[in-house]
Amino acid sequence: MNHIFEIGRYWIFMKGLFTRPEKWKVYFKQIFVEMESMGFGSLVIVAINSVFMGAVITIQSAYNILNPAVPLSAIGIVARDSIIIEFSPTIIMMVLAGKIGSSISSEIGTMRVTEQIDALEIMGINSSGYLVLPKLVAAVSILPFVVILSMFMGIFGGWIAGDLTGVVPSNDYLAGIQNGFLPFNVTFAMVKTVVFSYIITTVSAYHGYYTQGGSLEVGQSSTKAVVYSNILILIFDYILTMLFLA
Amino acid sequence: MIEVKNLNKSFEHKIVLNNISCTFEKGKINLIIGGSGSGKTVFQKCIVGLLTPESGTVLYDGRDFLNMNKNQKKEVRQDIGMLFQGGALFDSLTVEQNVMFPLTMFTDMTFIERRARANECLKRVNLDNVNKLFPSEISGGMKKRVAIARAISNNPKYLFCDEPNSGLDPVTSLVIDNLIKDITEEYDIITIINTHDMNSVIEIGERIVFLYKGNLEWQGTNRELMEVDNVELNNFIFATKIMQNMKHNSNNQLS
Repeated sequence: MNHIFEIGRYWIFMKGLFTRPEKWKVYFKQIFVEMESMGFGSLVIVAINSVFMGAVITIQSAYNILNPAVPLSAIGIVARDSIIIEFSPTIIMMVLAGKIGSSISSEIGTMRVTEQIDALEIMGINSSGYLVLPKLVAAVSILPFVVILSMFMGIFGGWIAGDLTGVVPSNDYLAGIQNGFLPFNVTFAMVKTVVFSYIITTVSAYHGYYTQGGSLEVGQSSTKAVVYSNILILIFDYILTMLFLA
Repeated sequence: MIEVKNLNKSFEHKIVLNNISCTFEKGKINLIIGGSGSGKTVFQKCIVGLLTPESGTVLYDGRDFLNMNKNQKKEVRQDIGMLFQGGALFDSLTVEQNVMFPLTMFTDMTFIERRARANECLKRVNLDNVNKLFPSEISGGMKKRVAIARAISNNPKYLFCDEPNSGLDPVTSLVIDNLIKDITEEYDIITIINTHDMNSVIEIGERIVFLYKGNLEWQGTNRELMEVDNVELNNFIFATKIMQNMKHNSNNQLS
């Protein structure tokens, strides 16, 4: 029963989000502020995660390919496709759900418990639209670029790891990542990224917006935001994979 | 004038406001007083529309606020300024940007005009050289004054204050009280203050509404307050020795 209530309230929250802004110019400025915070603010964590993720995928792929008939360049193919289709758009977005999602939830939650949202409402401002819409637009615009960067960093990490450990020579790895590349995979990854960006932003904002109580509840909302975002990312990952690849 | 008629509000079967009716007059300091948990904040939030009552009417200069559509409510709200208990300043904006915020959202003023108006409002609340500071860098009293400056920046017709003196020392409380009083007279607005600070009641209260356990127990002027024969109100007002002495002196002067 509680989940039905939450889903219903989420859709009401969404309806409030897509109403006409009081002043486009203010919203537009805010979008760029959020883009900078979400995009540039996530580069370091995304780069570190992607390089190590690519390195691990490459070494594990080499470890699992035992048949000497399989060329070493296959490791490059496996690493590239795993990174592009799954690891960058899904795992990195789950990492970002932790970073961006908790930040959104705690920021809005704190505004709720310190009556800043009430202050916006009193002024006649649509608080959900003002606080969340710029974040949503910023996330769906900038996170695909972050994920593309993650793809490059992941493949680069695999190359370095393969070469340093000697499990796959540079020439074989580079030949592998260029062999049989399907641009559709990138399109699929971008669709996933946009959907996951939407989930992270709206679910986290929803949990922050309906926070009641004090600092303890802000923390709880933040945790809920990350947990629910990750669960929904996994569910929608499955749904999208069924729709596009099955 | 703001008129409240037969307002009822409850939370999960617990009645918080029971059939409240009263009026708040223009150019006067209207106080809502009562102990903690008496329903003051809920009452004020129902009047400004942050909470929806089960039944009742709230009229802003004759306009039925509760039955307005979203856009009509937005228009009324642009005439409302509110000072929240903790100030409710936006943490991500500087003091100046906080005061400019309502002007940025609802007027076509240029940046220079908005900044000039913000400086004018900050000067009005006796704040200098804090424009570029963030709310986390100023004291509690300063936050309240910035919140007052923000509340008056868009020339409101109605000013609501929720416990403006809470957490402040007596001197700063007096400064805030006098500021609210001066602004009410200067702008000729309707000011409604929630408080349980007896100094405010004595110093600036003109019309007083006393809530007790969700009921409107008494309403009148601060002059009538000293002579009223209501047990609950007397228990609340004259709870401290200072107030008891004040009443004793007042009675002696009369006799």
